[in-house]
Amino acid sequence: MSITETSRPGTAGSAPAPRRMSERARAERRLGWWLAAPAFVVMLLVTAYPIAQAVYESLFKYRLTDPDAREFTWLTNYWVILTDGVWWRAVGVTVLITAITVAVEAVLGFALALVMHRALRVLRPLLRTAILIPYAIITVVSAFAWLYAFDINTGFATSWLSWVPGITEDTNVFGSFGSAVAVIILSEIWKTTPFISLLLLAGLAQIPNDLLEAAKVDGATWWQRLYKVTIPNMKAAIMVALLFRTLDAFRIFDNVFIMTQGAQGTEVVSFLAYRQTISRLEIGLGSAVSVLLFLSVVLISVAYIKLFRINLASARGEA
Amino acid sequence: MDERTTLRQKALWWIAGAAVLIYALFPVAWIVSLSFKSAADLGNRQFLPADAVLDNYEMILVGDAQTLFLSALRNSIGIAVIATFLAVLLSTFCAYAIARLEFPGKKVILTTALAVAIFPVISIVTPLFNLWRHIGLYDTWPGVIIPYLSLTLPISIWTLSAFFRQIPWELEQAAQVDGATTWQAFRRVIVPLATPGVFTTAIISFFIAWNDFVYGISLTSTEAARPVPAALAFFTGASQFEDPAGAIAAAAVIVTIPVVVLVLLFQRRIVSGLTQGAVKG
Amino acid sequence: MAAITMRNVVKQYGDGFPAVNDINLDIADGEFVILVGPSGCGKSTLLRMIVGLEDITSGDLFIGDTRVNEKAPRDRNLAMVFQNYALYPHLTVFENIAFPLRLQKLDDAEIERRVHGAAELLELVEHLGRKPANLSGGQRQRVAMGRAIVRQAQAFLFDEPLSNLDAKLRGQMRTEIARLQKRLGITTVYVTHDQVEAMTLGDRVAVLRKGILQQVASPRELYREPVNLFVAGFIGSPPMNFIPAVVSAGELNTPFGAMRLPDSRSPELDGKDIVLLGARPESFDDAAIVSDAVRDHGVTFEANIDVIEWLGNEQYAYVPYEAPDDIRDQLADLERELDSEALRTQLVVGLDTASQIAENSTASLWLDLRQVHVFDPVSGFNMTARDVNVDESAGATAV
Repeated sequence: MSITETSRPGTAGSAPAPRRMSERARAERRLGWWLAAPAFVVMLLVTAYPIAQAVYESLFKYRLTDPDAREFTWLTNYWVILTDGVWWRAVGVTVLITAITVAVEAVLGFALALVMHRALRVLRPLLRTAILIPYAIITVVSAFAWLYAFDINTGFATSWLSWVPGITEDTNVFGSFGSAVAVIILSEIWKTTPFISLLLLAGLAQIPNDLLEAAKVDGATWWQRLYKVTIPNMKAAIMVALLFRTLDAFRIFDNVFIMTQGAQGTEVVSFLAYRQTISRLEIGLGSAVSVLLFLSVVLISVAYIKLFRINLASARGEA
Repeated sequence: MDERTTLRQKALWWIAGAAVLIYALFPVAWIVSLSFKSAADLGNRQFLPADAVLDNYEMILVGDAQTLFLSALRNSIGIAVIATFLAVLLSTFCAYAIARLEFPGKKVILTTALAVAIFPVISIVTPLFNLWRHIGLYDTWPGVIIPYLSLTLPISIWTLSAFFRQIPWELEQAAQVDGATTWQAFRRVIVPLATPGVFTTAIISFFIAWNDFVYGISLTSTEAARPVPAALAFFTGASQFEDPAGAIAAAAVIVTIPVVVLVLLFQRRIVSGLTQGAVKG
Repeated sequence: MAAITMRNVVKQYGDGFPAVNDINLDIADGEFVILVGPSGCGKSTLLRMIVGLEDITSGDLFIGDTRVNEKAPRDRNLAMVFQNYALYPHLTVFENIAFPLRLQKLDDAEIERRVHGAAELLELVEHLGRKPANLSGGQRQRVAMGRAIVRQAQAFLFDEPLSNLDAKLRGQMRTEIARLQKRLGITTVYVTHDQVEAMTLGDRVAVLRKGILQQVASPRELYREPVNLFVAGFIGSPPMNFIPAVVSAGELNTPFGAMRLPDSRSPELDGKDIVLLGARPESFDDAAIVSDAVRDHGVTFEANIDVIEWLGNEQYAYVPYEAPDDIRDQLADLERELDSEALRTQLVVGLDTASQIAENSTASLWLDLRQVHVFDPVSGFNMTARDVNVDESAGATAV
């Protein structure tokens, strides 16, 4: 879903009819706006309006249980949050989870995509179906599956993994930060790698076979073909997949809610915002956290898109 | 795939395939297995139940947890279906305009859709929570359906406009030369070609609505509107001292069934829908 | 069936660019007319204006006696075969062919009868139940034709219908289209950029350049008497040679020596310093085997031949030569406009297959001066072209 650089075949070219007389062009323009407007307006209403509201409310000291004490306090809420270790700890945990999941998923997803791309013809539909299951399953269900697999009362996983140093059958996985985060990351990876691998598979499919055959004739080994032909030619697909997964991982919430409720220091940014608002009814403070989370996501996107552009340009230079 | 696949290579591919299968299905198998465990078995810490029983399913479908689960199921189905329908309806108009008509602002719409898609939902939960309480939408179906559109609309617009761009629109002209009116050309040629894309978009959109948790727990408080994922998080056992794991597992299996059925029936289309919206955008 | 008449037809796009400019063309009932020209010359736009897919900015278009400028495509009752066939992917071959009939709400028996008739004609009977995606390129092309002929339309319009087929199939389908048109005797307008199609199919050929009609004539006349450099260069393969010549005292000084044109090919050269001498490859031959009876009608000169192409039934020799820069630039511009690319100035000479001339040798070549044209390099006009239709026997005695 890159709106930035990938060429969009057919926005103007594929519909040959449009160039008509000017009244007709005007009528077409009006029709276009009328058709597109409802969706556009709804999107703005359900996002732009609430975020504007959040920005406004974040400037107040406002607790839902004590509405009369509502008071305009400028940026105090932000100051409170940004000087509080709780926020920075949540950011740290979120970044940690995001970085590890995206890195692992990029590699694992690529491997999965390669397997699906090159697998025997009879296997392909089977693999595609199988891989869609984790994608389509409810995140909460997946979180419960992993929770109960590692839970000290119901889980089988610790006894299966007792050969790993430091793990015994009675290890309380959710009792310490490291192991709890590890399982959260595992469940996130399991659930979302299929998405990344499907995007990468589509990217792989777009590489003309001639190119790989030419490289083969030129004497490139399997690894060289992968590094010098395949990956550079699907850079756009890779970047899009990574951007989406990064943003998605940064918003992680469901798994954490189900598995730890933020215990053992596993609180992530989304959970912090939820806890402020919904549990503690601190609307002002919660709104400020929400706005900060929003800004973080914007920051990540901008960084990626900047990076993405550079990559595209260099990819073009190589071609 | 090379024509000259050796037996050894074939074996390797089957092994790789099996690894993928195990990866994808193992946690699902576990939750299914868990759902068949009896109360006594739950703590046995084995992968398989000692004795497969239907106790958990009885509990949520006809037993103590019945009202809790069935109302959540009803909410989930109703809300997800309506949210999907609305998103597909609105995005069909929008995507048609983007793919077919010449008008300024297309890029703004697609950019907005993208921005909404990457929006952290938790950020808008806080103001919505506040607003909904004021205007009486808190804990109602519309109160959940409306924010669901922020999840389902952007992806629908992207996926559908990618689909619609691939429709050979010149067929509409061919039909007109063949003697069709504008409406006949649309109905007899374009609609049959567009339907698969709309249908695929609906499935993907449904998955997303079905999966939601954040809105579900934040904007509902009772059985009136709480969907299954949120209800699962608040499940307790039949009694306070009983582990709800069995009941949760059974409920999880039930809500996974529709997803699996859709995947089995339409896997090819789902894959093309997911990748088109993303890669060709 | 009906005649198609265009009067001062203009197509102007929003930016003011006239894609089709002031076209006057009468297509008689039952006539097969080709619109030909390089890409971007406006030929497809003109066709789409006839069928009603593009608006006419100004001018009049008649089908039969009816002015149809404002009529919707479906009210013009024309059948069209699109370049990519425009088959409906969700319908079977049968339903694709039946589509226009279904829209006319004919009864099933009649539809069945007509579709089967068309399918038999096009040898599609065993494919009627299949979907277009499962057909070969040639079969798709025939389905598109079938959809056009079941209509009993006023005219057939073809938009480069063979350009997506391979060479062999293209040749076969070309013959089929000619046969079909003769059999049905229906007015046909056929757009192509392929000059072989243009020369073999049409009763008349209309050559377009940048939206302007250059010449409308029979293929024979177009070949023999092109009105300007553009038509001369476009029609014929290999193309006509253009040799720069300096005018001096009734003679033309070319890189291959001085030439004195016979009276029949001598235009008024007063006031011209440089002209372009146009000579088709077949106007040349190996001087060693030219019969004495015609030798005096031409000129013999020495040339360095670097490459020989022997094609079995014909043979070509290539003679690179130096030309003044401005002439070379002009020829390069012309080539670009004709969708080709000239790397060097060279003479392409047709030789009798009996000729023994070898590559990389100096040989004695003969040029039949009765068949040359003289072009004004500034305006591009053919100064030797006759205004009236050529007597068909005039050039036939050559060589």
